[in-house]
Amino acid sequence: MKIKSVPLIVILLFITFFIIFFKGLKNSNIYVPNINYEKEIPSFTTQFFDTNIKINSDEIFKEDYYYLMNIWSSWCLPCREEHRFLMELSKEKNLKIIGFNYKDNIKDAKQFLNNLKNPYSNIFLDKDGLIAIEWGAYGVPESFLIYNKKIIKKVIGPLNTNFVDEIKRLIK
Amino acid sequence: MPSLIGFYSLAFGSSLSFLIIFFSIKNFRNSKIFDKRIIFFSLLQLLLVFISFFGLIISFINSDFSNETVFNHSHTTKPLFYKISGTWGNHEGSLLLWLFVLTLFIFLFIIKSQRQPTQYRILTILFQQVIIVGFFVFLLKSSSPFSYIFPVPKEGLGLNPILQDPALAIHPPILYLGYVGSSIIFSSALSATCLNYISKEWASHIKQWVLISWIFLTLGILLGSIWAYYELGWGGFWFWDPVENVSLMPWLALTTLVHCILALEKRFILTSWVVVLSISTFTLSMCGTFLVRSGILNSVHTFANDPERGLFILIFLFSLIFLALFVFFFFHKENRKIDSSIFLVSKETSIIINNWFMMYFLSVILIGTVYPIFLEVISSEKISVGPPFYNNLIAPFLIPFMLAMTLGPKLKWIKSDIKDKIYLFTFFLISLLLSILIIKNLEINFLLNTLLVGFAFYLFFITLRDFFVMKYKNLSQIIAHFGFSLFILSILFNNIFTTEIITNLKVGETYTSEKFNIKFENLNQKQGQNFKSIVGRFTIVNSKGKVETLEPELRIYNQPNITTSEADIRTNLLSDRFITMNTVQNKDYFNIRYQIKPFMIWIWLSILLIATSGFLSLLKKKYEN
Amino acid sequence: MKYLRFFTIILFILVSQISYALENNLEIKITKNLRCLICQGQSVHDSDSEFANSIKTLVSLKLDEGFTEKEIYSFLKDKYGEWILYNPEFNKNTYFLWLLPILMFLLGGAIIYKLFIFKKKKLY
Repeated sequence: MKIKSVPLIVILLFITFFIIFFKGLKNSNIYVPNINYEKEIPSFTTQFFDTNIKINSDEIFKEDYYYLMNIWSSWCLPCREEHRFLMELSKEKNLKIIGFNYKDNIKDAKQFLNNLKNPYSNIFLDKDGLIAIEWGAYGVPESFLIYNKKIIKKVIGPLNTNFVDEIKRLIK
Repeated sequence: MPSLIGFYSLAFGSSLSFLIIFFSIKNFRNSKIFDKRIIFFSLLQLLLVFISFFGLIISFINSDFSNETVFNHSHTTKPLFYKISGTWGNHEGSLLLWLFVLTLFIFLFIIKSQRQPTQYRILTILFQQVIIVGFFVFLLKSSSPFSYIFPVPKEGLGLNPILQDPALAIHPPILYLGYVGSSIIFSSALSATCLNYISKEWASHIKQWVLISWIFLTLGILLGSIWAYYELGWGGFWFWDPVENVSLMPWLALTTLVHCILALEKRFILTSWVVVLSISTFTLSMCGTFLVRSGILNSVHTFANDPERGLFILIFLFSLIFLALFVFFFFHKENRKIDSSIFLVSKETSIIINNWFMMYFLSVILIGTVYPIFLEVISSEKISVGPPFYNNLIAPFLIPFMLAMTLGPKLKWIKSDIKDKIYLFTFFLISLLLSILIIKNLEINFLLNTLLVGFAFYLFFITLRDFFVMKYKNLSQIIAHFGFSLFILSILFNNIFTTEIITNLKVGETYTSEKFNIKFENLNQKQGQNFKSIVGRFTIVNSKGKVETLEPELRIYNQPNITTSEADIRTNLLSDRFITMNTVQNKDYFNIRYQIKPFMIWIWLSILLIATSGFLSLLKKKYEN
Repeated sequence: MKYLRFFTIILFILVSQISYALENNLEIKITKNLRCLICQGQSVHDSDSEFANSIKTLVSLKLDEGFTEKEIYSFLKDKYGEWILYNPEFNKNTYFLWLLPILMFLLGGAIIYKLFIFKKKKLY
C-alpha cells in the first residue's frame, strides 16, 4: 500500500509542475506594475522648469481637475513619437498636462519644445530622476492620469491612439 | 546552396531514425549478435547531421542572407571568427549543434560499448533515438535553421555584440557536450533498469560517460562565468541568475552521480539512487533548455525567445520525464539479496553525507529558480529571488559539508576508523586560528565567516598534505577536493576584500582616495572591423607608488547599433584590477567603476583543477584497462 | 611535511599584517539587494542604466537623511512592489520559498537515517 502511493504522488507532482509551467509560459517576464490600482499621488518638492522656483507637489495638483502627468526628456526618442498625442490631448478643456522634465539638459529641452510646440500647461524639473521614483515610474516616457489626487490610469511607454481614446473617455 | 543541402540532409537524417529504430527492435528480439546495420545507419545519420550543420556554417561564412537564420544573426562586416560562432549563437543553430552532438555521442557509445550485452546496447540506442527524434521534429517543425526568405536581403541584422566574444564563442559547444553526455547516461540508465542490468560492470562502464559530461559541464560553466566577468561590465562572475542556476543544477546532480557511481562500482549499494540521479541529470539539463529558450525567466542571458517553442520543449521534457518515471517504477527492482548494510564510520557514510548536502544545495537552487514562476501563476504576485537568498541558505551548510569532504576520503570502504587523530586535530586548530586572525579586524559577520574560512583552510591543508604523503594514490580525488577548498577560499577572500569605487570623472580629472588615485588622462578613438571605439586612458597610482595604466573601451557596433562597455582588466596572482567606463545621459563626464578584486585568477584556476581531476580519473580508468 | 610547515609559517606572517577597513558598504549592500527593473536580471549596483543611477542617488540620499536599511527597502517596495527586492521578505508569499529547502534537508536526513542507520541496528 505504502509502496504504491509513492509513484502516484510523484506522478501527480509532475503533472502539477507541467500545468504551472504551461501557465507560466503565458505570463510576461518583464516588469509590469500594478496598473489598476487607485493610489494617492506622492508628495514631494520640485522646481519650475523656467524659473527654478521651488514648489510643493500639493500645490501642483490642487484643483478638482483632471491632470495628465507626463515624464519626458529631449533625449528620449519615444517621447518624440508620443508628442503629437500630447498635442492632441492638450486641446481637451478639462485636462491639464503637467510635464516632468527627466534628467535633461535645459537647453536641449527648450529646443525640443520650440521645435515641436509645447503641450504642457506647466513643466517641472526632475534633475536626478528622484521624482520619477516617488511616482513609481522607472523610465521615460511615462504618463499618469490624476483626478482628486488619485492616480486613475498609468501609461508606461509612449502614448498611442488607444490610450488617447481611453483618456478622453475617462475625463468625460 | 549550402542551406539547401543542409536542409535536405537534415530531413534525410531524420528519416534514418526510423530505420535505426526498426532495425533495433528487430535486433532486440533476436539479440545473439549485434546488427551491423545499426552502426552503419547511425554513422550515416551522424554524417548527414554534420553536413547539415556544416552547411549552416558555410552559409554563415558566405553571409548567405537568403537563409533567415543567417539574416537574423549575421552581418558582412563581422569578423570571420564571429561569423562561424554566430552559427550556434542563436536558437536554431544551437539546436542543430545539440542534435549533432547527440548523434555523435550515440555513435561513440555504440563503438565504445562493445563489451556490454547486446540487448542493453540496443535498448540504449532506442531510448537515445527517442530523444534524437524529438530534436529532429523540433528543428524541422518549429525552429528550422534553413528557412528561406525572398527577396534576398542585402545585409543581415548582425549578432548581438555582447555575444561577439571568444569565450562565449566556445562556451555553448562545451556546455552542450556536457548536457548531451548526460543524455547518454539517461538512456543507458533507463535501458539498464529495464533489463535489470544495474550492476558493478554497468557502473564501471557508465562511469566514463559520467566523467566526460562532468568535465565538459564544469568547463562550460567556467567559460560562461569568465565571459560574464569581463563582458557584462560589473565585475561579478556569478549572480545566481536563473540561467546560471539551470547550468549549475545538472552539474550538482552529476557531481553527486560521480560519487555515487563509485559506491555502486565498489560496493553495489545505492542502486536506485544512481538511477534516479542519472535520470534527473538529463532532465535538469532539458529543464534548463526549456527555461532559457522559452523566455519564462527574466535573466541577463535571455536572448530571442518564443512561447510556442517553449511549449514544444515543455511537452517534450515532460514526455521524457514520464517515460523515465514509468520505466523506473515498473522495471526497477531493488536488489535485496546482497548485504547492503552500512557502518556508521565508513566511506559509504561519507558519500551518503555528500549526497545529502548536494541534494540540499540542488533543492535550494531549484526552489529559488522556479518559485517565482509558481507564485506568479498561483497568486499573480511577482517576487525576485536573488543572491542574498542563495547565500543565506547555502553558506552555513558549506561548513559541515567541507568537514565531510576533509574527513570522508580518509575512511575506507565497509568499516573504518579515523587514524592519525592527533595531526587531524592540530591542523584543525591551525586553520581555525589562521581564520580568526584574518577575520577579527573586519566588520563582517564574525562567526559565519570565521567558520567558513577556517573549514576551507582545514580542507586546504589536509588535502595539500595528502598530496605529498599519499604518493599519487587517489590523486584525482585529492586534486578535486583541494581545488574545491581553493575555490571556496578564493571566493571568500574575493568577496571580503573587494574594493570598489564608482565615481564620475571628466577627462583630466583625478579621483583621490587613501589607497589610490585614478587619473583620467585622455580619450582616443579606434576603429575595429565592425565597431568604432572610444578608449579612455586611466593612470592609477596606489599608496605604495605603483603606477598602472588601464584602458577601458566603449564600443559602438555598426549592426546592430549597440554600444557596449569593454572592461580593462589587469591580472596578477594576487588580484585583478578591473575598470569600466560608461557615458551618462546628457552629461560631459563618464561613469567610472574601478575594482580591486583579490585572488580572482585563483577562482578560475581552482575550477580548472577540479576539471583536471576528472580528466585524471578518466586516464586512470584507461590505464587500468 | 617540511614544505607545509614552512608554508603555514609564511601564511601566518602575511595574515598578521592584514588590517583592513571596509568602506561605504551599507550603500553597496543595499543597492546590491535591489533589482534594476529595466535591466534583464541585474542589480541596481551592477547596472549603469538611468533607472539604476537614480535609485543609487536615492539610496545615498535616504541614508544621509537617516533612513535605515529596512526603511529604504519598504519605501521602494511601496513604490515598485516586491519585485524590486532581491532578498525576498519572509511573509505569506514566501513561507514555502524559505522553508521548503530546509524541509528537504531534514527529509533527506530522515530518509538516510531510516534506510541506513536504522537497518543496521536490526541486522546486528
